Amino acid sequence: MRRSMGSMTLAILFAVATACGGGGEEADTGGTAVDEEQAGPAVSPDSAATVTGVVHFTGTPPAGEPIDMSEEPSCAEQHADQPTRQVAVVSDGNLANVFVYVKEGLGDRRFPTPDEGVTIDQQGCEYHPHVLAIQTGQPLIIKNSDGLLHNINTQPTINQGFNVSQPVSMETTKEFSSAEVMIPVKCDVHGWMEAFIGVQEHPYMAVSAEDGTFRLENLPPGTYTIEAWHEAYGTQTQTVTVGAQETGEVMFEYSSEMAGRPVPLGEPIDLHDHGAEHRVASAGR
Amino acid sequence: MSTMPVEVGHPSVQHWAEPGHADDRSFIRKYVFSTDHKVIGCQFLILSLTFLLVGGLLAMLIRWQLGWPGLAIPGGSILGEAKAPGGIILPEFYNSLVTMHGTFMIFFAIMPLLVGVFGNWLIPLHVGAADMAFPRLNMASFWTAVPAGLIMLASFFVTGGASSAGWTAYAPLSASPELSGVYMGQKLWCISLIVLGFSSLMGAVNYITTIVNMRAPGMKWMRLPLPIWALFITAILVLLAIPVLTGALILLLFDQTIGTSFFLPADGGQPLMWQHLFWYFGHPEVYILILPAMGITSEVLSNGARKPIFGYKFMVYALVSIAFLGWIVWGHHMFQSGMNPFLGATFMTSTMIIAVPSAIKVFNWLGTLWRGDIHFHTPMLNALAFVAMFVIGGLSGVFMASTPVDIYIHDTYFIVAHIHYVLFGGSLFAIFAGIYFWFPKFFGRMLNPTLGKIHFVLTFVFYNLVFFPMHNLGLNGMMRRLYDPNQYEFLAPHQPMNTFISVSALLLGTAQLIFMFNFLWSLRAGKKAPPNPWNANSLEWSLPSPPPHGNFPAMPTVYRGPYEYSVPGHHRDYWPQDEPPAEGGHRTAEREEVHA
Amino acid sequence: MDWGWLLPEPVSAFGSEIDSIYYLILVITAVIFVLVEVALVVFLVKFRHKEGRRAEYSHGNTKLEAIWTVVPFILVMVIAWMSMDVWLEAKVADGHAPGDALPLRVAAKQFEWNVTYPGPDEKLDTADDFVKRNQLHVPVGRAVRIDLSSDDVIHSFFLPDFRVKQDAVPGMVIPVWFEPTTAGEYALGCAELCGLGHYRMRGSMTVHETAAFDSWVAEETSEPAVETPTPADTAGAELEAASASPSAPEDHDHSSRQPDSEGEEQA
Repeated sequence: MRRSMGSMTLAILFAVATACGGGGEEADTGGTAVDEEQAGPAVSPDSAATVTGVVHFTGTPPAGEPIDMSEEPSCAEQHADQPTRQVAVVSDGNLANVFVYVKEGLGDRRFPTPDEGVTIDQQGCEYHPHVLAIQTGQPLIIKNSDGLLHNINTQPTINQGFNVSQPVSMETTKEFSSAEVMIPVKCDVHGWMEAFIGVQEHPYMAVSAEDGTFRLENLPPGTYTIEAWHEAYGTQTQTVTVGAQETGEVMFEYSSEMAGRPVPLGEPIDLHDHGAEHRVASAGR
Repeated sequence: MSTMPVEVGHPSVQHWAEPGHADDRSFIRKYVFSTDHKVIGCQFLILSLTFLLVGGLLAMLIRWQLGWPGLAIPGGSILGEAKAPGGIILPEFYNSLVTMHGTFMIFFAIMPLLVGVFGNWLIPLHVGAADMAFPRLNMASFWTAVPAGLIMLASFFVTGGASSAGWTAYAPLSASPELSGVYMGQKLWCISLIVLGFSSLMGAVNYITTIVNMRAPGMKWMRLPLPIWALFITAILVLLAIPVLTGALILLLFDQTIGTSFFLPADGGQPLMWQHLFWYFGHPEVYILILPAMGITSEVLSNGARKPIFGYKFMVYALVSIAFLGWIVWGHHMFQSGMNPFLGATFMTSTMIIAVPSAIKVFNWLGTLWRGDIHFHTPMLNALAFVAMFVIGGLSGVFMASTPVDIYIHDTYFIVAHIHYVLFGGSLFAIFAGIYFWFPKFFGRMLNPTLGKIHFVLTFVFYNLVFFPMHNLGLNGMMRRLYDPNQYEFLAPHQPMNTFISVSALLLGTAQLIFMFNFLWSLRAGKKAPPNPWNANSLEWSLPSPPPHGNFPAMPTVYRGPYEYSVPGHHRDYWPQDEPPAEGGHRTAEREEVHA
Repeated sequence: MDWGWLLPEPVSAFGSEIDSIYYLILVITAVIFVLVEVALVVFLVKFRHKEGRRAEYSHGNTKLEAIWTVVPFILVMVIAWMSMDVWLEAKVADGHAPGDALPLRVAAKQFEWNVTYPGPDEKLDTADDFVKRNQLHVPVGRAVRIDLSSDDVIHSFFLPDFRVKQDAVPGMVIPVWFEPTTAGEYALGCAELCGLGHYRMRGSMTVHETAAFDSWVAEETSEPAVETPTPADTAGAELEAASASPSAPEDHDHSSRQPDSEGEEQA
């Protein structure tokens, strides 16, 4: 019996196969991809418009539920005060963490995908920021500053989600290919952690700061529907018209009576109708 | 050769070897799509040794992570961002590693080695046939195993990676991609094993038919070499158990793909049903993985000790009892599963009983050595290791057979130690014994004995350093499939033990290079093998090494059992089965005695 | 170096009985191990090949076969018989756990243990219940009875010091019981592969002196709701919760509800 093709060939084949890249990056496909070749020119400064505004809040927000982090001492230590769930962050009648974006009015324009990424950091067993705005195709840089196991479990309805672990301090880069408002993010190891990511094909998004203010810059002049989204108090829209080099103001008024309304997640906001398959919004977090 | 046989087998088409007739088959017909059982055995050998290497490499990765949690593997970034960013193994990839290590080792290494290689090599020759009953089915059996293996390998390269639900694939984790993170990989796992199941079934049908129908005149059942008894019973187990696995895999595949809920509770499915189906196959499977090894051990021990096997009949009864009892013990894998505790009591009883035939075998092996004339050739060393290690594996089984003790040790490293004592300490050492013993017969060359002994000693030492301490880790509460045990305060103090095991494992892996080198080098440059280098008795040793296509020049006749060693008054200390009773003399040339 | 042959101190009432069986088996198997392995080595040395000596031509000995069939059989049957009662006591809560055991509910999910406490009234499913994540608190010297379930995949509730292990199976509620004997802090872990976070699905088990336990309960119920998981996580709705995780794209056949789309055209 002679040695047949056998082990040498198979070994070489296998070595070649494994050398040809082990698995590689998970592709986030699903939904429509922005056609970058047709991205329009950036808005020139002479014609750029701005929309600014404030999100007000009337009434008494519910007290933030305290989070018991005692099971994770290295995170608990990082909080001088009792950590609480950041559902309604109100200061001086202003509501923070409201995702504000242009819902309608940009027509068929396409926008270049930025190369620089947006970072979300896990620090003290909390996501920073709590609400995030990112463009389709833009790198989402997920950072683990805690150096202990977090898993980043995104649960979108339109996009292909991902659930990756970061057992040590490290960075992982992902992206979303379709517009979606909003994608919930959770960690299964630390069940109190939550964040929301809003994805649009254009850059005109903002998250209201602690003082409730937000700013959308470099808009082409026009009439826009601006939508605000809050995780507990739902959505509101306003319309604003801005000319070249003008600044338009938009106010959103939330109140504590708005609690308990259904909050949309995974709304398909598609500027360019490519016949994206619609999926049912999930039953909450 | 002129005596009328007591039993006459019914050979189907038998092409006896014709010495003067040129073998005019093409290269493809001879070595690739061959129906010759000897070639098919060699093909299974290449396949399984390759997957043994794959399984071993996966184990090295597992031990790397356990020995130095979170440490980047040098050059590990070729594994890619999704598996090991910067060379640091991710937890989800670690779960794939443990899953695929078990899968490759059990289904693509040990099983094809014991059943595919030794079944093919030994059955026709030991029964005195020219080939298997269904040579083309035999060829199909091998060529079905190849795509199964490739599919399993391919699962590493799809999005989401390979299966990570354990080789036991418990549902709902295995049926739920959104909970495991594995999409295509789990489906490929199921498909691969379904395909492999057909390969095994084809083999089983062939083995049973050949052994029942094609024994040469004089080859009574109780004159069969013990590997054949073991392979016969194993083939029956395969025939009856594999379809259960195939069925279960199909149900699992349906749950993953077409929206059924056999194992998903939301729509009325039962996770425990997966476990019952899997282990109903899974327990006979572990006997499939050990019985042929026991047969090989008996063969080599008797030969090495120059003494008949002690209690041949009882050895056969023990094989049969193990196989029979093996059908009613599966629940011992499920003691803590949530199954009715009263079933725990019944399965404990049957499990305790199945220890007895294994004990009988061990004592019979000892009895074979008692007052023997023991030669420590390389196969013998490995066969002795089987006995010594199987004792440990078997005894550790008694702990887990006791349901209350199992509460503590289930799903801990105590179980991992047990598994590896029987599968490595047992099956793999027997496989080494078998390869060292029969390599000369099928490749026409001797494996280098010095390298063989060095390989044996290093393997034996490092193997024990790797797996014995796992008993201790388990008793200290270390659970299975833990990416980083240091996350538990009570386990962190045992990290040095894990590191020690990992160092030993890396050394164990390195020692296998000696075997690989010996194997490949000896294929070309080993000392030419005489027909009977071990002075053994079974029928293959009266043939040239390697035997010609068709095996025997004419149908052999069998006069005695296979273990007639040191017969008083006989001029040699062995007596081949087909040597006529009167010392015919001139036809049987003096065999050159090779001291391995 | 703790070799572990001597198990860690058990802290549950039936723990020491389980350990007795373990030690019995340890002694029996150790003796057999030594006898067999020593015999093996002795035979190898004594009966190694020597010029001029032939092996004994023997096919066996039926009497010996009988002995080494019957003796192991008796040994294993004794072990099985002694194990039986201990097993049933530890595993079958009904009939073994006292009627006044403290009831708890533990719902396992990727990757945490959600423990529902009955509150001061010691009845589950009443208004004073509260939920803690990954923390078990029980009083010493009093039996605890847990209704164990899982929200997603199979997990395994493992309290090593208590000799308690029970798989948590979605779709099933499985009773687990034990009686802690010694106050202290102990480990809780998951002993069934359940996904990427399996290795870190850990919790703490605190056994309090009775008074300390009562004040802990009082503290927990008087505070405003300490962070609780969402209703889907509590064990009361196992079957609902056991149906896949929120982002389930696997419900292919269900028709979509129309979104609150405000006029957007959907394909």
